[in-house]
Amino acid sequence: MAKHATPMLDQLETGPWPSFVSDIKQEAAMRAANPKGLDYQIPVDCPDDLLGVLELSYNDGETHWKHGGIVGVFGYGGGVIGRYCDQPEMFPGVAHFHTVRLNQPAGKYYTTDFLRQLCDIWDLRGSGLTNMHGATGDIVLLGTTTPQLEEIFWEVTHNMDNDLGGSGSNLRTPAACLGESRCEYACYDTQAASYNLTMEYQDELHRPAFPYKFKFKFDGCPNGCVAAMARSDFSVVGTWKDSIKIDQEAVAAYVAGEFKPNAGAHSGKDWGAFDIEAEVINRCPSAAMKWEGGKLAIDRSECVRCMHCINTMPRALHIGDERGASILCGAKAPILDGAQMSSLVVPFVEAKGDFDEIKEVVENIWDWWMEEGKNRERLGETMRRLSLQKLLEVVGQEPSAHNVQEPRHNPYIFFKEEEVPGGWDRDINEYRKRHQR
Amino acid sequence: MAFISSGYNPAKPMEGRITDIGPREFTEFLPPVIKANKGKWAYHEILEPGVLVHVGESGDKVFTVRVGAARLMSVTHIREICEIADKHCDGYLRFTTRNNVEFMTDSEDKVAALKADLAARKFDGGSSKFPVGGTGAGVSNIVHTQGWVHCHTPATDASGPVKAVMDTVFSDFQNHRLPAPVRISLACCLNMCGAVHCSDIGIVGIHRKPPMIDHEWTDQLCEIPLAVASCPTAAVRPSKVELEGKKINTIAIKNERCMYCGNCYTMCPALPISDGEGDGVVIMVGGKVSNRISQPKFSKVVVAYIPNETPRWPTLTEKIKHIIDIYADHAMKYERLGDWIERIGWEKFFELTGLEFTQHLIDDFRDHAYYTWRQTTQFKF
Ligand code: HEM
Ligand code: HEM
Ligand code: HEM
Ligand code: HEM
Ligand code: SF4
Ligand code: SF4
Ligand code: SF4
Ligand code: SF4
Repeated sequence: MAKHATPMLDQLETGPWPSFVSDIKQEAAMRAANPKGLDYQIPVDCPDDLLGVLELSYNDGETHWKHGGIVGVFGYGGGVIGRYCDQPEMFPGVAHFHTVRLNQPAGKYYTTDFLRQLCDIWDLRGSGLTNMHGATGDIVLLGTTTPQLEEIFWEVTHNMDNDLGGSGSNLRTPAACLGESRCEYACYDTQAASYNLTMEYQDELHRPAFPYKFKFKFDGCPNGCVAAMARSDFSVVGTWKDSIKIDQEAVAAYVAGEFKPNAGAHSGKDWGAFDIEAEVINRCPSAAMKWEGGKLAIDRSECVRCMHCINTMPRALHIGDERGASILCGAKAPILDGAQMSSLVVPFVEAKGDFDEIKEVVENIWDWWMEEGKNRERLGETMRRLSLQKLLEVVGQEPSAHNVQEPRHNPYIFFKEEEVPGGWDRDINEYRKRHQR
Repeated sequence: MAFISSGYNPAKPMEGRITDIGPREFTEFLPPVIKANKGKWAYHEILEPGVLVHVGESGDKVFTVRVGAARLMSVTHIREICEIADKHCDGYLRFTTRNNVEFMTDSEDKVAALKADLAARKFDGGSSKFPVGGTGAGVSNIVHTQGWVHCHTPATDASGPVKAVMDTVFSDFQNHRLPAPVRISLACCLNMCGAVHCSDIGIVGIHRKPPMIDHEWTDQLCEIPLAVASCPTAAVRPSKVELEGKKINTIAIKNERCMYCGNCYTMCPALPISDGEGDGVVIMVGGKVSNRISQPKFSKVVVAYIPNETPRWPTLTEKIKHIIDIYADHAMKYERLGDWIERIGWEKFFELTGLEFTQHLIDDFRDHAYYTWRQTTQFKF
């Protein structure tokens, strides 16, 4: 028997999409039956009470979680999001309902051994509920009590060799697209970059030392499968410098209808036979392609590497061999000054080995932002307040037309004093000798 | 319930403590065929909705079956995922950036058995546990947030509306009929945790009433200057009030300047803002993150308010379905929702979808607003 009546939530058990309500009920029943005979360390009926409080919110149209909650583990300044229910008498099972962020492996590949071990810990010491995964990338363990936090941390570090993720004004958990592991478009090893930089900056991740949060994300190419340009302050996006590789025989196979355009992504509708002229040549944003005499040509100097032609004919067109990445900075959600996507800062860096060129850019930016960033000011906002020029200067990037969508259209231009012959120290009396009052 | 120690000694908290070890190295978890061909993939194909094959330069193949997931899931469900991965995939699996699950195998004949197994698994309530889909030009999973399940600042729920929308657009999760992929995301407040500001369709929880002020607690619970600095429109200022004969430091809010973003509540627990009848959601459209053909775009607000209609948000789901259907009928191949709207013009988008254009949709936030008005005589009647 369910502990609380949930007539509203019950309606979310119907329909084809996997129902979170059915799943939570399944967990509630599992805990009630307790087939493993566990001595549950938080209330057995925690998932029942979660459904109960959620049903109450569905009736009120208002959240029933108190503001904030400051909990954690010794040695770290973040990693756990504290939460307390505002009706603890009615729902004692979720009086404490803290979330633990666990750092996920890059690309989110798992073995079942690892996941089972994690489930065993969480079964005993938590609610049995999770988010796979948080938007930033963490494995999210949803709901436990304060006394269990150190126990969970001990178990995951000692028995699973796994650390917490980030929260608060620090480096949050980095994330990558699956990159070279299973994609022919990957211009560098995004998972290795994500892992390497996560390890390099463990201190910055666990102990808040920044004006505000800071996120890294690594996309292997401009398709942006981890959405780095929209969801990270420091976005690393793979690219190449030389020509797109063309396999003319494979192009012919597309034209002949042997290969499906876009790998079959549009197979649910009849879009007619593949028309290379209409679907590729004429859609290229910079008119860099030619289709003449059954041969495809690309003017490398005009190509902006948007990926469209490669996406459309993946068996015929391939990324170049001279690979690296672009660094873009400043993406953020709207609060406070409005949403931003990342802006191009370094058009091309090497992205191999220990990723030293990328780290140098990171550290130069941090040196500046940690000093100059205001309280709770994201990098993107600091850039707007203090200018892109300043960021380019601290990064050591020579400004170029690549850094702008268009030049400014107001003439309110600052010059450095040393750029102007004679400097700014002028004598009015000298001026008056030439111009009477 | 007897306390079971993990080995941690609360009397000596720093003893034996392990820190700064980070995540596990990802290579430990790569299936053998992935490990062998990493960085050497030649091409891929989508065999059918939800099923991909990647072919290595070596000729090796890996078949991937992508299945939908509720993101909020129990350990029982994760164990079932593990059981499937053990049975069909030698104990390997992965999760995607949109929180789907991917099962991989190295031969095509294992795919049919895997699919049949997945299709047979249903929850007691009847919903599918592992629907196959989410590839190509369709609708994949909805990137979403905490909602009433865990967060203190939401103006709507996350898991509920996501289930309601996915049920409504389910056929597009399992089909490739659209001109391009349609990414739907949801955030339960303006913090927009996730991807709402850059999705083809974004759903965001909003408030419509200024915060209440718990004067008695303001100075005790909050750092008032932080709350003042948290307001994008400078509606918050410090002030004094008399309460039971005592003068106390508190906050004043200019209601006519407040646009109910709730950021001051994030900073100050004495400024609660949520309200059953006031709160609801907006719909935004036209964002994208990829650089394919056109540059990344922000999504734009096209419906300023829809009430929270628990538990299934019928007005919201109906409008989203309608937008997708109109887009599917009118856009050219490869055109993302935002690309299509920019080609036909916003007036045409409102005409075709029948969405009402109201004054709320005109930007009035700082300098940038001007650039969103129309400085041209080009428009369609
Ligand atoms: C002086 C009053 C307070 C201030 C200035 C304040 C500050 C903040 C800030 C800056 C955030 C957003 C963090 C982020 O963006 O990562 C936040 C969220 C939060 N607040 Fe409050 N808060 C206050 C009151 C409280 C109280 C009284 C609690 C608990 C008792 C609390 C606990 C939290 C927690 C745990 C979060 C989520 C942190 C995260 O997501 O990383 N806050 N608060
Ligand atoms: C007040 C309490 C807050 C809670 C409980 C909260 C909760 C969360 C959670 C659970 C995630 C996923 C984390 C992960 O994967 O590790 C997340 C991500 C995110 N949060 Fe928050 N958040 C809070 C405050 C804020 C604020 C103040 C902002 C912005 C002003 C914000 C913006 C974001 C964004 C943009 C992401 C997604 C980043 C990405 O795509 O990687 N959040 N939040
Ligand atoms: C070999 C080719 C590709 C691979 C292996 C790949 C891999 C992935 C995976 C696994 C996801 C998560 C998918 C989900 O859960 O639904 C994803 C998301 C995504 N992919 Fe790809 N992808 C490829 C090609 C593309 C192409 C051609 C585009 C664009 C035209 C693209 C753009 C995106 C975007 C925008 C997302 C969603 C990101 C987000 O909003 O979270 N991908 N990709
Ligand atoms: C004492 C100072 C100024 C004098 C004597 C002056 C004189 C003139 C004259 C004679 C014209 C042509 C008018 C016509 O074609 O009928 C003109 C046009 C113009 N002036 Fe000035 N001007 C002065 C200051 C300024 C300033 C300070 C600005 C801008 C900040 C300015 C901006 C313009 C512009 C934009 C036009 C072109 C107007 C149009 O074609 O619509 N002028 N000015
Ligand atoms: S971002 Fe590019 S390299 Fe990475 S998975 Fe997506 S398509 Fe592949
Ligand atoms: S990658 Fe984009 S810009 Fe370059 S040739 Fe192909 S379609 Fe044109
Ligand atoms: S979007 Fe807002 S309400 Fe939702 S989880 Fe993020 S901070 Fe909380
Ligand atoms: S809700 Fe937003 S706009 Fe209103 S007073 Fe608070 S911070 Fe300012």
